[in-house]
Amino acid sequence: MSNSFHIVVCGGIVPDPLQTLEPVIGPNGPALKNELLLPHVLDPWAAHALYEAAHLAKAHAGSKVWLVSLASKAKLQQVMMTVAQRVPLELVAVDGPSGGFTDSFEVAAALAGAIEAIPGLDRTRLLLLGGWESASRAAGATMQMVGERLGITEQFQGVDELTVGEDGSLRILERVEGGQHQVSVCSGPPAVLGWATGNLPEPANSPQIGMQNMRLILPALQKAKAAQVGAGCTFANVALPKQQRETRMVKDTPVEEIAREIVEWIVAE
Amino acid sequence: MSETILLLAHTEADGSLSRLALETLAAAKSLGGALVVGLIGGDVQTAADSIAGCGAARFLSVAGEAFAESRYSTDAAAAEALVKAAQATIVIAPQTSRFARCMAGVAQRLGGRIDTHVTAIAEGPQITRWYYRQRMEAVIERAQRPWFLLVESGIAEPYPSRDREGAVAVEMLPVEVSSRTRVLGRQAPKAEQQTIRPDAKLLFVAGAGWTKKQADGAAHIDDAARLILGFLAATGASLGSSKSLVDLSGEGQAVLPFLSHMNQVGQTGSTPRHPKGLSTCCHGEEPHVVGWRFIRERRVINLDANCGWARGKADVLYVADAFAVMERVNALLAETAT
Repeated sequence: MSNSFHIVVCGGIVPDPLQTLEPVIGPNGPALKNELLLPHVLDPWAAHALYEAAHLAKAHAGSKVWLVSLASKAKLQQVMMTVAQRVPLELVAVDGPSGGFTDSFEVAAALAGAIEAIPGLDRTRLLLLGGWESASRAAGATMQMVGERLGITEQFQGVDELTVGEDGSLRILERVEGGQHQVSVCSGPPAVLGWATGNLPEPANSPQIGMQNMRLILPALQKAKAAQVGAGCTFANVALPKQQRETRMVKDTPVEEIAREIVEWIVAE
Repeated sequence: MSETILLLAHTEADGSLSRLALETLAAAKSLGGALVVGLIGGDVQTAADSIAGCGAARFLSVAGEAFAESRYSTDAAAAEALVKAAQATIVIAPQTSRFARCMAGVAQRLGGRIDTHVTAIAEGPQITRWYYRQRMEAVIERAQRPWFLLVESGIAEPYPSRDREGAVAVEMLPVEVSSRTRVLGRQAPKAEQQTIRPDAKLLFVAGAGWTKKQADGAAHIDDAARLILGFLAATGASLGSSKSLVDLSGEGQAVLPFLSHMNQVGQTGSTPRHPKGLSTCCHGEEPHVVGWRFIRERRVINLDANCGWARGKADVLYVADAFAVMERVNALLAETAT
């Protein structure tokens, strides 16, 4: 039996994890210092979701992948120069703040509105994918809210594996406590899947895919609608953790001595 | 404003409440206001009786076979009914995988707002949570109600529950549910598989350096695997890895075969809570170290004296060859065992 899906991936952009981040309080609440100057990447868990979406679409003829992203158009265009070379996709851009100090409720409203406006989207075949948490707000709340707004009540979070059965059912492994997975079977789409890391490697860059994607990405960026997204709360304080340890350096010391010290430390209560 | 606080908890497989649920109950009591307990599970009477003296004005529950399993559609329907029945302004629940899956959806249904991974609650109420994957900490207040809070472990001393602390009259709420999802069960890693073990006293993190060329110009993957697995067998430590090492395995390179994304600690991995952590062959850059935020005692073996760990991120940095040190550590552990 042939199963094809309309796969919508929600993915924001975040500062490159290697950057030093520092909060500042501005007139509109907290933000990152020099945020617009920081190099950005596609949110790592959302990127895993995108790779899984592309893998799924490739395996099921007739499937299609959309990437819905809320970010400033200029930063999103920079990130898409790389992402677009990885997997075939159609971008749906929403122009707005991508930082962590926004409220998931308001972000979900903007994303759901953009998804509802996708022409030709068959919501009976919809798989709504994203990262189970972002690397910015890290709340793990937005995907559920988008799903609710779209009327999807079969939802899964911390997904590491999705297998499509011959009958179109979805066998899903979700991360739960104790390093275990919960195994569930959903009868089929529509469903929300918030991905953890999954098992797929990062796809290699393909200039050919990049050329195809960019023909649609640039117009999508131009027609991105602005979204009003705020903090939704009052920040009494935002600060870097103050804890700084006094690191004791042990060098030019015999291996035997180091090993003994480590073992004593390990076995001590 | 006088708040109505709803403590939401789900029962464990044996019908009890988890330690985290009891910590959450203690946190809920600290907020003041009228306390209502809402329980979800297959059979909740034992759990309710164990906290009979907690001071709740009402005990509500949604129970039955459909609610014994952790599943979005049934859990969301149950939580929605409980919040409505309690007329709660603040809903506080433990940050378990079960509630993390559904509670944001419930907040959406009820026009509320949610904050997750809450690590502290103060008068106001004000809550503390991390942003940018444990890289900065914020204190927040909200006017919007209902306000949903999912709290992390360690937020309070657990409420001292007792078997049959009292006999509670639990108000059962009828909830009709239909779901297209069947839960088949839980899948544990294979017995020989090394994973994150939340209950271990020690976290051992393997960095990408284990797979790099050594002083003789060759990589020693087999030696690395033998040393790491030997150490884990001797100590029962939890095994974590840096993202770079996991990515190498994802790319199909011949690297440590027992590592997967499940082991990943840091920016896009887990943030485990162990009393001690030993990092080896990991450079200690910020994306790795954010996963160590809740590791109390940190020691590191690395060849580079200027690595990230040296900048106030570890208690002790051993500037040494991890291959040589771990060989001796394993030998000493074997001697200690005999």
